[in-house]
Amino acid sequence: MAVAKEKRIILKYADAKGYSNDLPCYLEHGGYDMLKKAVKSKPEDICEEVLKSGVRGRGGAGFPTGMKWKFLDRKSGKPIYLICNADESEPGTFKDRQIIYKDPHQLIEGMMISAYAIQAKQAFIYIRAEFFEGARILDRAIAEAKAKKLCGDNVLGSGYSCDIVVHRGAGAYICGEETGLIESLEGKRPNPRIKPPYFPAVLGVYQCPTIVNNVETLCNVKHILEMGGDAFSKLGIPNNTGTRIWCVSGQVQNPGYFEFECGALTLGEMIYDVCGGLNPGRSLKAVIPGGSSAKVLRSDERFTGTLKDGTEFDWGVTDIPLDFDGPMAAGSMSGSGGIIVMDDSVDIVEAMANINAFYAHESCGQCTPCREGSLWMRKISTRMCSGGAREEDPDLLVSVANQIEGRTICAFGEAAAWPTQSFVAKFKDEFIAKANQPAPDDDAEGPARLRLI
Amino acid sequence: MELSKDTLTKIDEVIGRYPEKRSATLMVIHLVQDEQGCITDEAVEWIAEKLELQPVNIYEVVTFYPMIRREPWGKTHVRVCRTLPCALRGSYKTCRTLEEKLGVKEGHVSEDGEFSIEFMECLADCGKGPVVIVDEKTYEDVQGEAAEKFAEQVKNGTLAKDRNFTSYEDGLAKPRKKTVASKKKGARRK
Repeated sequence: MAVAKEKRIILKYADAKGYSNDLPCYLEHGGYDMLKKAVKSKPEDICEEVLKSGVRGRGGAGFPTGMKWKFLDRKSGKPIYLICNADESEPGTFKDRQIIYKDPHQLIEGMMISAYAIQAKQAFIYIRAEFFEGARILDRAIAEAKAKKLCGDNVLGSGYSCDIVVHRGAGAYICGEETGLIESLEGKRPNPRIKPPYFPAVLGVYQCPTIVNNVETLCNVKHILEMGGDAFSKLGIPNNTGTRIWCVSGQVQNPGYFEFECGALTLGEMIYDVCGGLNPGRSLKAVIPGGSSAKVLRSDERFTGTLKDGTEFDWGVTDIPLDFDGPMAAGSMSGSGGIIVMDDSVDIVEAMANINAFYAHESCGQCTPCREGSLWMRKISTRMCSGGAREEDPDLLVSVANQIEGRTICAFGEAAAWPTQSFVAKFKDEFIAKANQPAPDDDAEGPARLRLI
Repeated sequence: MELSKDTLTKIDEVIGRYPEKRSATLMVIHLVQDEQGCITDEAVEWIAEKLELQPVNIYEVVTFYPMIRREPWGKTHVRVCRTLPCALRGSYKTCRTLEEKLGVKEGHVSEDGEFSIEFMECLADCGKGPVVIVDEKTYEDVQGEAAEKFAEQVKNGTLAKDRNFTSYEDGLAKPRKKTVASKKKGARRK
């Protein structure tokens, strides 16, 4: 069977020839028509369409957006805030940048529709500071939109007002966690808040009800309004509706970002057909399917079980369907859609050490198991890669990881523990073999050696 | 502490955007750092007073975020992505090449203050790694021989002129009309 074609809804124009990121261009392509439709509708009707669409959050957790909006505390009488999470910080993910840099008005329209739907008083875009130009592009786009009454006071004469403020982070991964983001937006250290009671929908920014949605999710709202919740829910497969932008990185011939209907293709089709397969002479060793915190999959693993709808499955890695539930059924997750491919040239212990160094650097330090554990995992795995590996190291690593998982305020603990747990469980032989290997000598091995730590 | 009129105006404008002054902390820090290169003790106190906070409220923020500096980077600052997708495409080697050519170790500033290198965590452009950000422009696929040439151009200050290296930002389609006047960055040499 032929591989499914890309279905670009969100990225429809982003890479189209002659398409630029200014307002005149966006308007020529039907821009803001949905906002015009929105402000003539009842806010609750838009919320209903989003709920019907079944759209799930594109940031990592995959929580149904309509449900998230439903949890908003509307009884308190406190102002409601909308925050766009544009921190895009999960390693392997580079989809939101395409929207921000190439089609910022789509995001602003999606945000204004969403803000109107939840009746937000003010909206923020929390953008990572490395997107220097991205923040300027958004600032410019917001100014353009305001000049045309598409944002700000009295939107399109509807009487509804909502300003969007661009807020830059400063290089911290933890700001992608929604309560950490909120703390950061309040001008504090981004230490995540404990849930309960700090569910953003009830006690978010300034202790007011707050919705935090990913860039891609907010863009989807525009398209849900355009095609209707029911029609949107028919895209993709049940419980995995709409399209998703998958980001493929690592050792494939043609890495990049691709928008497909959920479940339209398998991981194997993505790697071999869409991305041109591995580099010449190389074979697949491992894949991380959803950003670096997702559990690694070994190329020769088999996955068996029963899906939620009762169908039994027996998959190899390449058979895993690319949607929310497929990678989950295989014991990992689709996370933020960042697929990292590793071929047989990769030293798997070094790959894990690289990831451990990331999480050790990014732990906010609030919870002891994570702060100390992530540092120990980095120390142990880095030592293993510099000639000091011991046979008991893999067990030691897993014991540290196990003491982090489930013992932290936010999901960073799991994000830090899962790579180690899965790498050791699936490649234990290579971890043990490390103990008998001398330290690699970069100079002796010449420039060809691929160092990962 | 002396800040330019332009920065002071921007600071007041930024503070006005938020329902609570304290929220402007990071944005004000960015503005001060953009002008002064880092956040000194004096700047911590100045920002605290400006936002009606205690210096410790600013200090704890300054010391947390990786991109906020207590000492300035070099005149040209090079950020190389270290995280797995870029590493799988050779970013460790790229970093080493840049270190050798620019004569400075990552995490440090060259003695003459011209260059600094930072081996950073994920820069969110993983498809075409290794990713290198020079000042504020993002370059992709900086590896192998290209990395050598790239480093040479950075050293000579001629990167922007080399057509072999187009940044992600410069590769974007140009806006059709100037709807809102954008501020020119840096005057062109005559």
